[in-house]
Amino acid sequence: MSNNQQPNNPKLNLWRDVRFWRFAGQFLAVLIAAIVVAILWGNLNRNLQQLGIQPGFGFLNSQAAFDIGETLISYAPSDTYSRALLVGLVNSLRVMVVGIILTTIVGITAGIARLSDNWLVRKLALVYVEIFRNTPLLLQLLFWYFAVFLTLPKVENPISVLGFIRLSQNGLELPGIQFSPEFSTLLIGITLYTGAFIAEIVRGGIQSVSRGQWEAAASLGLKPGLAMRLVIFPQALRVIIPPLTSQYLNLAKNSSLAVAIGYPDIYLVASTTFNQTGRAVEVMLLIMTIYLTISLIISLVMNLFNKSVQLKER
Amino acid sequence: MNQPEIDNVPSAVRLSPLGWLRKNLFNTWYNSLLTIGCFWIFYQILRNFLSWAFTNAKWAVVQANFRLFLVGRYPVSQSWRIWIVFGILAIMAGLSWAAIAHKLPSKLNRWLPWIWVIVFAIICWLIGGGSGLTPVSTNLWNGLLLTIFTTIISIGLSFPLGILLALGRQSTLPVVRWFSILYIEIIRGLPLIGILFMAQVMLPLVLPSEIRLDRVLRAIAGLVLFSAAYMAENVRGGLQAVPRGQVEAARSLGFNTLLILLFIVLPQALRAVIPAIVGQFIGLFKDTSLLSLFALVELTGISRSILAQPQFLGRYAEVYLFVGLIYWVFCYSMSLASRGLEKELDVGKT
Amino acid sequence: MRKWCLVLLTTLPVLFSLVACGGPPSSTPATSRLDTVKSRGKLICGVSGELPGFSFVSSDGKYAGLDVDVCRAIASAIFNNPDAVEFRNLNAKERFTAVQTGEVDILSRNTSWTLSRDTSVGLEFAPVMFYDGQAIMVKKDSGIKSLTDLKGKAICTQTGTTNEQNLGDQMRKLGIPYKPVVFEDINTTFATYAEGRCQGVTSDRSQLLSRRTTLPQPQNHLILDAVLSKEPLAPAVANGDSKWFDVVKWSIYTLINAEELGINSKNIAQFANSKDPEVTRFLGKEGNLGEGLGLPNDFAVRIIKNVGNYGEIYDRYLGPKTPFNLPRGQNNLWTKGGLQYSPPFR
Repeated sequence: MSNNQQPNNPKLNLWRDVRFWRFAGQFLAVLIAAIVVAILWGNLNRNLQQLGIQPGFGFLNSQAAFDIGETLISYAPSDTYSRALLVGLVNSLRVMVVGIILTTIVGITAGIARLSDNWLVRKLALVYVEIFRNTPLLLQLLFWYFAVFLTLPKVENPISVLGFIRLSQNGLELPGIQFSPEFSTLLIGITLYTGAFIAEIVRGGIQSVSRGQWEAAASLGLKPGLAMRLVIFPQALRVIIPPLTSQYLNLAKNSSLAVAIGYPDIYLVASTTFNQTGRAVEVMLLIMTIYLTISLIISLVMNLFNKSVQLKER
Repeated sequence: MNQPEIDNVPSAVRLSPLGWLRKNLFNTWYNSLLTIGCFWIFYQILRNFLSWAFTNAKWAVVQANFRLFLVGRYPVSQSWRIWIVFGILAIMAGLSWAAIAHKLPSKLNRWLPWIWVIVFAIICWLIGGGSGLTPVSTNLWNGLLLTIFTTIISIGLSFPLGILLALGRQSTLPVVRWFSILYIEIIRGLPLIGILFMAQVMLPLVLPSEIRLDRVLRAIAGLVLFSAAYMAENVRGGLQAVPRGQVEAARSLGFNTLLILLFIVLPQALRAVIPAIVGQFIGLFKDTSLLSLFALVELTGISRSILAQPQFLGRYAEVYLFVGLIYWVFCYSMSLASRGLEKELDVGKT
Repeated sequence: MRKWCLVLLTTLPVLFSLVACGGPPSSTPATSRLDTVKSRGKLICGVSGELPGFSFVSSDGKYAGLDVDVCRAIASAIFNNPDAVEFRNLNAKERFTAVQTGEVDILSRNTSWTLSRDTSVGLEFAPVMFYDGQAIMVKKDSGIKSLTDLKGKAICTQTGTTNEQNLGDQMRKLGIPYKPVVFEDINTTFATYAEGRCQGVTSDRSQLLSRRTTLPQPQNHLILDAVLSKEPLAPAVANGDSKWFDVVKWSIYTLINAEELGINSKNIAQFANSKDPEVTRFLGKEGNLGEGLGLPNDFAVRIIKNVGNYGEIYDRYLGPKTPFNLPRGQNNLWTKGGLQYSPPFR
């Protein structure tokens, strides 16, 4: 830093020098922060020592000895805790990726439906948005799980939808793939919940495109459907993407509610690990690192996408 | 609040019901198909729901436990205190709305924050008891009472913290700025359930062994830590909306930084973010449902324990729909109020 | 500006060394939990609160059950008042932290005593109050008769318990693949089983028995004979406070010893003038056993008068007059073929 504004009087009193105060203020902030951290750290050490717990991540290599209901990668109870956590992470990622794709479809559909020239469609979309936005996600998940999935018929006589989707207490069955009720519940829950928020974002985005664009598209002979796809929506995307990113982040974070309905995601596996080992600090650090990394990756990808749709001024 | 564009068409001609139907539902062939399809689905859902609600559903579980849903195990002999609290809250909410919408004499307006503080102390005394009233332990504050209590306290406490963080993030002092950014971004990257876990499990470990926080207090601590980061981002939006000219004008009048902040920038910034804060309040109101995962018996928690009553096993749909309705009524009316405010404050327009 | 940097650079190390000094815990001789409890005037006891027979809230709003009476016995020994206890409901997950951090003085919540909990979780286990074993409950009409019938079936269990681990171990040993469905909360676990999502539910046998009575048609559910594990349920306190641990330990032995000597809450007055040295020592008429524990010498009398002996407690909550009607089995006295045994009071 250079001082291009030298004080006129070189022997200016220290107390009147704004730079001194700036420095002192920051120094004080660091000091206070350091003292608080030191006190908390000391307490933590003392408490842990009293309990005879040695901090460290060594426990990750010992045998987990609990089984996990759904695994995409091979896993047995004789594997280590780190393997169990990896299984949980994969399960989490599966829900997040599929959820983000589905919720985008649901959200865009509902958002466009909110602007449809069909009165019934418009009102139905409004009802959907207002119901799902204004009730807690956890409650919705409990409802889907207990009031819907567990009251379905037994595996032997499933309900058939459109001939190829089969619903039963064992979950959702498509030809070739089967989803457990826990996975299906979580997926439906976070998709519909986040979709309601995305619908409002999409609606706002489309409305932000000026009316002239519609008229111009129409004058070129584009039908409304094509006009939306080729002219309006690409422009609306610029407004939509930033809030959409934060909804994706919310979806990723909300997937941790899996714990309420017993889907073995990373949070559930980590909390089981905590139960068996009693290592609160280490488990907490692991959870923090994993979720922060996931959040960071989603933000980065969306930022790249955002850059590609922004107006390029030539 | 913008109407859908379709409604902006000048409606000089009043349409006959048939004309309305034709225009709004059957104007093209695919719209007709869409209408019929949607109507069929809507009809199926409504029919199944109504036939379930009036024949299969057993609403006795709601009737029998109505009190539990609202105030939980709060002693029956003391429940008059809760009704007074709800009454006071309703009056205060009305007053605040009127104040923000400039429908109150300005004298009263100035005193409102102080009235809130006093009312808040009275409410805490009424609920918790002591000095004249029978004390009621926090174990017994359940149901909707606990939901509302934790939401109001958490939003109230996260407000000053959020303002400090927002100012810190805008600060020219690098240490303060980086600390604020770090805090805000880390908290916003974590799921609330993880933060509550930290508050329930880690907080007792880092506090000296003499201090033992009540479980409700630990939950509130978690909610405040979480909410402050989001509050900071909302307030920052407001700070950025204050034109630079305001600061420069104040400086040229000889105000120092603190005065500028307190009397010029913050009042304008906060006014602009009131709708966003109401939105956050709604979010937090819904988020308190997560406390049920930490054995706190708020509205969602109490519905889970009611479902464990032997005579009402399996009545999930009834209980969850009823609880969902309670949440919905609160959230929806707040969001309506927030939209009204937005119009009054004229900040919704860009 | 360089000057400021210099100042910063020199002060930071000083600061950090200060921090480092403050960091390591100064091992001050901590006061015993017994003194804390005495000065507080009541005992804080962590229980489940939702397990019929062990700890539950009765219709008159009072806590009752086997686990609850352990705390009442200790409160009786210290304060001569079985109601000088504050009960806190804890779930399976938070129970250990609650003891570790001192939120509760004692954990009396059907907790299995295992080596790793004794060592790495920082607990100290008192004598076993209830010898239990893990079992599996299934629906009668499912036709499941043994563990092998559970092949490929879904089994509900609660996380944070030894049950989850035992089930994994046993099924692996027998080579039976199954699908675990794991929940945080015991009510959810049994609700999910009742709804038919799982073909079986596993827990301690006592827990299954008590939960079965709350299901809509208890007679339609069958508890398999196979025993998956040993589950000695014992109260626990935090590590490193032997004075307090002794009080808890010997309060429980008092319950067992009283039954061995045939002393109960009704006939204790007749023993007041007993000449048997074993009895007089136990009841504090002679010697000073209580002093060593930091309790009054008649602590045993207080306990027996207020809560009774082990057999009385067992019969009150689990015996033939209760819906559970659970035979004493391993929980009988060692003299009657069981495992309950008290070291001598001398």
